[in-house]
Amino acid sequence: MKNKMDACTNSLKNSINISTDWVLKRFPMSKLWNDHMAQYYAPKNFNFWYFFGSLALLILVNQIITGILLTMNYKPDAALAFDSVEYIMRDVNWGWLIRYMHSTGASAFFIVIYLHMFRGMIYGSYKKPRELVWIFGMLLFLCLMAEAFMGYLLPWGQMSYWGAQVIISLFSAIPVIGEDLSLWIRGGYVISDATLNRFFAFHVIAIPLALLILVVLHIIALHEVGSNNPDGIEIKESKDPWGHPVDGIPFHPYYSVKDLVGVGVFLFFFATIIFYMPEMGGYFLEHANFIPADPLKTPEHIAPLWYFTPFYAILRAIPDKFMGVIAMGGAIVVLFLLPWLDRCKVKSIRYRGGIFKKAFVLFIISFIVLGYLGTQPATPGYTMLARVFTAIYFGFFLLLPIYTPFEKTKPVPKKVTHESSVEEDYTALVEAFDKMTIKQEPVKTSWGATITPVKANTAGIKQVLIQLAKKLKESLD
Amino acid sequence: MKKIIYTLLLLLPISVFASGDIRLQSVDIDLSDFEAMQKGAKHYVNYCLGCHSLKHIRYKRIAIDLEIDEDTVLAEIAPEGAGIYEQMHTAMDKRDSSKWFGTTPPDLSLIARSREPDWIYSYLKGFYADKSKPLGVNNTVFKDVGMPNMLWKLQGTQTPVFETVEGQEVIAYIKLTEPGTLSPDEFDTMVTELVNFLVYVGEPSQLKRKTMGKYVLLFFIIFTFIAYLLKKEYWKDIH
Repeated sequence: MKNKMDACTNSLKNSINISTDWVLKRFPMSKLWNDHMAQYYAPKNFNFWYFFGSLALLILVNQIITGILLTMNYKPDAALAFDSVEYIMRDVNWGWLIRYMHSTGASAFFIVIYLHMFRGMIYGSYKKPRELVWIFGMLLFLCLMAEAFMGYLLPWGQMSYWGAQVIISLFSAIPVIGEDLSLWIRGGYVISDATLNRFFAFHVIAIPLALLILVVLHIIALHEVGSNNPDGIEIKESKDPWGHPVDGIPFHPYYSVKDLVGVGVFLFFFATIIFYMPEMGGYFLEHANFIPADPLKTPEHIAPLWYFTPFYAILRAIPDKFMGVIAMGGAIVVLFLLPWLDRCKVKSIRYRGGIFKKAFVLFIISFIVLGYLGTQPATPGYTMLARVFTAIYFGFFLLLPIYTPFEKTKPVPKKVTHESSVEEDYTALVEAFDKMTIKQEPVKTSWGATITPVKANTAGIKQVLIQLAKKLKESLD
Repeated sequence: MKKIIYTLLLLLPISVFASGDIRLQSVDIDLSDFEAMQKGAKHYVNYCLGCHSLKHIRYKRIAIDLEIDEDTVLAEIAPEGAGIYEQMHTAMDKRDSSKWFGTTPPDLSLIARSREPDWIYSYLKGFYADKSKPLGVNNTVFKDVGMPNMLWKLQGTQTPVFETVEGQEVIAYIKLTEPGTLSPDEFDTMVTELVNFLVYVGEPSQLKRKTMGKYVLLFFIIFTFIAYLLKKEYWKDIH
């Protein structure tokens, strides 16, 4: 019996081997795997900020799969669209989960992409030789915005309708061709069934195709020049006798297992939103979008979803409509130009001059404040504030070529520096906690355990705060 | 420059609070109280379904979610002649209603998602007598409302007490001048049940997703822990 079993498994193994060989002789599967995973050497000092690239890919897959499932029951018809979404939410098995995964995924996509871009900006990942990686990334960002904007029309709620109405009418501000252009985009004088149908076509096939192609280009370009790292140095410059970078480790298995931890943490938060707060207080699903689109009733306050609000605030800050459109487009164009605006040779913010660091902090503040202002009605006070922060936003980019060539940078190390691990961070946190508290006498609890209560130590807290403030100041010098 | 920025940042939250809405009364929503929602469903059919449909919910779904058997739903909740698989449609003709009210009363399936529960609660309690309006009533949270107070018999009649703020006459509060068939407490309970039902109808899956969520989160905690151990094992030799 046992012999028979062995013979059986052996013949199975043989046939698997033969067919694998057959494929491998005809398709470079192992070459692709090695080039991009098993023998792609990535710097060993990746930190927290390096999780977001793989997370973006995960969300893209989530959006495509849930999107395909949604199209099976969604109806791209102005008379049926709104009800078909509610049909998915109520009558389709697990439809509510699929829909929330898709709607939460959209916002999560932008959170992850903004953090991914932030990473690129602080460690200078856009600089030579990675300019093209950055350009492909920016094109991805542009496609993502188009994808989100068109997808938002599909539920056919009040905000879908009026949001699209406002944004498309922006095209009419362009001189000479504006009116005809916006008419051509809408397929009519107002947002209508024709608009819904074409947006559906773009949302489910045209733009996803472009996104997928750009993701491939983004990764191929990245793997050609190699990944940057928090120290902003080229690991290819020091190699071991076998020709591998001394500071590099194979992406697989090291970063594939590390990213798996990131995936776990991300999905924990993702699921928390899906199951407990899918509307996210009106930021991920707007309240007004639960009212069917009504071309005769303009909502009191039209606000785009949170991820567009910084650009929307810039648009509204400019008094002239056409100039506003130019400014909004300009806010994205300057991001494209970043590799050439920034003339500093040093990549990582760790070794850059104080001016850049402070300017960058101001830029981040302006982006967040503009994001907030974009969600609010435009009162005169808010408009003034939006103008100030729009000036700061553009100031950050346009002043770069002036001061960055003369920046007082710090010496850049030859090899990557030590990156503290989660365990080390935890120990440091416990130490700080011990410093800030005084241990009391151990007490026995009613359930039999012994615990040591602690009391706040004012002097210790002060010390830790001063240390923290000093560190913050140092890191900005 | 720094000073200006700090001042602006400090002023930011103040200006947020400055734009306050009309104060709403808060309602206690309890989606585990099936009995309240069943009563709410009855109130809805009695007082609201005459004009407002709930086209996104079926009687069958109510029976399953609120744990009532189908015959009871048909006998006690659904209007006569309704089938168990039917959605909660209104018997009112669209052309009639737009002739009578100037507009078709909206479907209320998603009202608890577009308006907060507190708003619906305050709205249902906020009708007051106003002779200048065609229907004789006005509302504290919905000015110049085009709907009569369906619950006046139960609630009684409320009249406003005015005060002058910055030279403008505004309503300070409304008081009950003519009692209805229910006491104020009984009426509050009834409106709460009604709002509870509407919150459920707004998203029936919320009953399921909240109980399911904790298992999903538990799974991801275990997943992350195992992934962390795996990562630690692989990274042992990286210095």
